Order: sequence, then C-alpha cells, then structure tokens
Amino acid sequence: MTPFDSDLRPAPAGRPSLAVGLRNRVHRSEALRGYLLLSPALAVLGVAIIAPLILLIVMSTWSMSGFDMLMTPGLGNYAIIASDPIYAALLGRSLKIAAIATAATVLLSYPVAYFVAFHVHRHKMLWLILLTLPFWTSYLMRIFAWRVVLGYEGVINSALMSLGLIEAPMQVFLYSQTAVTIALAHAWAAFAILPIYVSLEKIDKSYLEAAADLGDNAARRFWRITLPLSLPGVVAAFFLMFIPTVGDYVTAAMLGGPDGMMVGNLIQAQFGPINDWPMGAALALVMTLAVAVAGLAFLLLTRMIRR
Amino acid sequence: MISIQNVSKTFGRVQAVRDVTLDIARGEFFSLLGASGSGKTTLLRMLAGFEGVTSGKIVIDGQPMQDTPPHLRPINMVFQNYAIFPHLNVRDNIAYGLRRLGTPKAEQARMVDAMLEMIALPGYGDRLATQLSGGQMQRVALARALILKPKVLLLDEPLGALDKQLREQMQLELRSLQRQLGITFVLVTHDQEEALTLSDRVAVMSNGQVIQVDTPSGLYDRPVNRQVAAFVGTMNFFDARIRAQGPDTSAEIAGLGRHPVAPSARRDGDRVLVAIRPEGFALSPQPPEGPGPRVAGRLMARQYLGGRQLLHVAVEGRAAPVAVAAVAHRGQDPWEGMEDNPVWLGWSRDAMTVLDAD
Ligand SMILES: Nc1ncnc2c1ncn2[C@@H]1O[C@H](COP(=O)(O)OP(=O)(O)OP(=O)(O)O)[C@@H](O)[C@H]1O
Ligand SMILES: [Mg+2]
Repeated sequence: MTPFDSDLRPAPAGRPSLAVGLRNRVHRSEALRGYLLLSPALAVLGVAIIAPLILLIVMSTWSMSGFDMLMTPGLGNYAIIASDPIYAALLGRSLKIAAIATAATVLLSYPVAYFVAFHVHRHKMLWLILLTLPFWTSYLMRIFAWRVVLGYEGVINSALMSLGLIEAPMQVFLYSQTAVTIALAHAWAAFAILPIYVSLEKIDKSYLEAAADLGDNAARRFWRITLPLSLPGVVAAFFLMFIPTVGDYVTAAMLGGPDGMMVGNLIQAQFGPINDWPMGAALALVMTLAVAVAGLAFLLLTRMIRR
Repeated sequence: MISIQNVSKTFGRVQAVRDVTLDIARGEFFSLLGASGSGKTTLLRMLAGFEGVTSGKIVIDGQPMQDTPPHLRPINMVFQNYAIFPHLNVRDNIAYGLRRLGTPKAEQARMVDAMLEMIALPGYGDRLATQLSGGQMQRVALARALILKPKVLLLDEPLGALDKQLREQMQLELRSLQRQLGITFVLVTHDQEEALTLSDRVAVMSNGQVIQVDTPSGLYDRPVNRQVAAFVGTMNFFDARIRAQGPDTSAEIAGLGRHPVAPSARRDGDRVLVAIRPEGFALSPQPPEGPGPRVAGRLMARQYLGGRQLLHVAVEGRAAPVAVAAVAHRGQDPWEGMEDNPVWLGWSRDAMTVLDAD
C-alpha cells in the first residue's frame, strides 16, 4: 500500500472535508498539479512581464505635446517609425550586429563546448567554471578593457606599430560595428557555450560508434549525428544571446560611436534626454516584434537543416 | 574468416582480455559465452575496431586489421543498447549506411522496403525511433547492419533486454536469418542456453581468457574443467582419486566407489574431479541388471521442471545429494510419493568425465 492509497479511497461516511476533497483533486489531475507547480512562475510572469507589456502597448499609442503626454490613443508614433527611414535603418543595423555577433559567438563556442564535452575527461566542472571567468568582473569594466585594447593608442595599435606593420594608429577598431561585435561575442561566450555543451554531453557515445560502424568517417559522423543531435543547444544558445543583444545599448554606446549606434540607444534616448516615452514604447514594441520575426525565421531555418 | 591471434587488452591495470587465440570460419554462428566482466564485450569491440589491441593480431578475411578504423572494416555490429539514431525515423535509420554509398534513391527505397519486410515491420518506416518497443528496435538495429551485406555481423547481447517469450522467438529468427544469408555471426551472451541453441561453436570465456572452444554438444559432453561444466547445464561433481595406471585406470569416487575410467596421463594417487550429468544416471527401485557401475542410495526430493524432473538422491560418502534427470510422466509417475525410499543409481563409463581437481 502506498501513501497515496488513502487519498484515493472513497471518503468515509458523511461529507468529505473541503481539504480532503481538494487534495484528492490535486492528486488526480496531473494538469492541475502542473499548474500548481508553475504558479509562482506564472505570478512573476503576470506581474513583471504581462502587465508592463500592456502598459507599453497602451503608452505607445499616446503622444507628446511639449512636455505633456497626450493620452489620446493613435497610431502616430508607428506612422513616424514607418515613414522615417532612420528607424528602419537603425533596427536593421541592430538586427544585423546582433545576428553577426551571435553567429560568431555560437560558431566560436561550438568547438569549445565540443572540446569540453568530448575531450576533457577529468575536472570537467573546473573547465566549466573557468569558462564563466569573464563574468567575474563587471560588464562595464570589461567594456573599458576593450576600449583599452581597441583604442587609438590601445594594445592592438601599439603592437601593430611596434611590429612595423602599420605606421600610424588605425581608427577602425574602436567606435565601429566591429568593436561592438567583438565585445558582444566576448561577453556572451559562456551563455553560448553552456547550452551547446549540455546538448553535446547528452549524446550517447554509442550513436557515434554505430555511425562509424555503418561506414561514416569522423567528418560524416559530425554532420550526420553530432550536429543534428546538438542542434537544440545551438538554437538555445542563439536565442539566449540574440534576443538581449538586439536591444543592448551599453556596448554600442561605449564602443560603437555614431557608426555603431543601435536601436537600443535610440530607445534609451527616448526615455532619457529626448523625453518622448510614447515614442520609446512604440520603438520598443517594434523591436520586440522584429526579434520575434527574426527568431521565427531562424527556427524555420534549423528545421530545414534537420531534414 | 576471422583469425584472432594472441590478442590481449589492458585497461590501466585491468587485464580485460588475455592472450586469446580463436579462428572463426566463414558462415559460422559463433558465440562468446562468459560471466559478467569476462571480457566478451572487449573482445567484440576489438573486432569492430572501437578498441585497439594491446598486443596480438586480428585478421579478417585475410586482411590484418590493426590499422583499419571501424568505418573501413567489413563488419557491422548490433549494439547492446541498439543505438538507434533518435533523430531519424526507422526508414532513415535502416538506410543510414546506404546513403554514403551513393546507391540510387529508388534502389535504396527498394532495399529498405525489403529489409522492413524481412524484420516483419512493414509500414513502420515513418515511425520515429523513439516510438519503438525494445524488440522492434532490436530488429531495426539488425536491419540497419544487414542492409550493408557485411561479411561479419557482431551482436553484443542483442536479446538481453527482451522478455523470455520474445527472446526465444528472436533466437529462432536470428538463427534462420543467419542460415539464409550465410553471414558469419559472432554473438556475445552470458546466457548459456542461448549460446547452446544458436551456435555452431561456442567459446567459453572467464577472466579474459578463452577456456574452451567447442560445439554446443562438445561443451556439454566434454567440458575441459569444472568452470565450463558448471557454466553449461547442471552437473554433479565428485571428488575422486586416480587408482592404478595404464589400461586398467580406475578412480576412487567419493560416494560412488571405485570404477574404471578412461586412461589418461594422470597418475596413481592424483586428486581429480569426476563429473556426471543428471542424464548420465539411470534411477531404478531395484538393483539394475547388467554389469555397469551402480550404487545404492535414498530418494530425498523431487524437483518438477515441466515434462522432466530432477530427482535428488543421497548416497553414502557424499554430503550433497546426486541430481538425476528423469522424465516426468503425467499421472503415472513411478517416483510419485517415493521420497525416503531406497533406490539404485546406475551409470555407464562414458557418462563420467574426469577433470582436474581445482
Ligand atoms: N573502457 C574500459 N576501461 C577500463 N576497464 C574496462 C573498460 N572496458 C571494460 N573494462 C574492464 O574489462 C573487464 C571486461 O569487461 P567487458 O565489458 O569486456 O566484460 P563482459 O564480458 O562484456 O561483461 P558483461 O557480461 O557484464 O557485459 C571488466 O573487468 C571491465 O571492468
Ligand atoms: Mg558486455
């Protein structure tokens, strides 16, 4: 007899108490139990995401008149965003920088994750902890460090000059999209490595042996077994990094210069110096929508690869 | 077909396989039988190329194999856990090895259909591997290997995960498949019954060594030592001592008395074991007629095994009762209710196997 049996028995004579009835129902309904487990998360979700989102949607239909917010709903902000090419350009650039940085990061992280999953046999935990080392300093510190490395009189330029490869410092490193991409890739590497590592680690080695047994060499085994089976990790890494980087504005503000400005900077400006919150809200929503569309496209792409 | 020459394998300090020498003929159904940890899987993985040999040589079809990686060996394997690719459906699993060979698509489809037919899973082609039962996965693993028409098929306890009924059915299917295709099968198992029913020859392994290679009946009738004798079927062991030498060699057997045995290199006074199968004895309520050896005892217990029974007979000079096999007649069993009565054990000289004492 299991401890649950008593709850499943018909209630004794008389009306079952409310508590017992509820308990029975919870035990019986798996869905109900699931929701109970989820309820804290659902509560947080409701308060911290759904409510602000609704607020954002409502606010994006308002407008500014001088320093006053006009609460009459309208699509004026969206009309401006659609008509002025600067917004589309900034959004496009943000998506592009985020996509390039994410792709580069995932591409660079895959071999690292692969190495730790398949070629490290002892002290795996230590390796994983070492991979998170960049997080042990604050993000701003790291960005300043990149400024030192990439700057006009920075490490790279000085090194190239002392090697005699260039005569004058090059401007291209700092205040450019390249600088933003490099800093983002560095910052997010661990977020990309970990999910890929987990999905690689889960692959049963006998699948690879079976593939070898059926005639595949190492390269074919990778393409036909390892990559498809680790794809969930790659997808997770992609989303984990791509979504936040599209809206990132610190990196772009510190390393991007005018050329590296992203939509995040613009949104920040709307809520800050420009003081046009409705416009900021509209921009934020458009960005969210763009990210969703881009993410969906990526998902469809990976689906096609799996075929 | 396969020649294993003085092959050893060491993992760190563990000697998994020690100096194994075996020859497996073309088209043979060969089994590696042994207790857990005896090195069967290691030997099989060395044949497949997943483990290198520490020393020795493996030659397959005249080709030395030590420098040949697994994907180039003319061998396919059915893994213990089947290793069915979870991201592919049944059809793509079976066709996996064909894709690389550049077989025309239509031809591939035809071959896969034939395989699905053969493993009695037609219409299962579009199922995902994860939606299969253990027995179905086992068949898919078999089809995936056989579609490449290997010279040798290795099977690592392929039936271990199946229930008894399915296992027996699959045993029959494996055997008839092997006959039909003429492929050399090397099967690893720790189930002696499976090894005996399926194989042309069996190698019994223990502690990384092969202790006997023989046909199933050879193993059963002429085990080389106590270990093999005990591993294959039920066996009565008697402590004994050799008396006299040459043509009139006999043995003083505890509980059975002194009886002539086949002459051997053993000498007067050597301690030995005499092994007799339960079928080697004939039990009767009266002293048997004829000249053969005999001894009186008392029927202690009967063990019904469905169709046959084991009768346990106590004899003087021996602590454990002697197990004797008899037919179990339904309804008119002569041994029914005969417990505690005196009986006679008779046997022939051929029933006795003399083994080294351990
Ligand atoms: N990769 C390995 N590293 C270290 N030791 C190993 C390795 N593989 C096997 N061994 C050891 O070698 C010995 C033989 O192992 P093997 O797997 O060949 O046994 P087996 O006969 O297949 O047993 P089972 O019936 O349990 O599968 C065991 O003692 C095992 O611990
Ligand atoms: Mg094994």
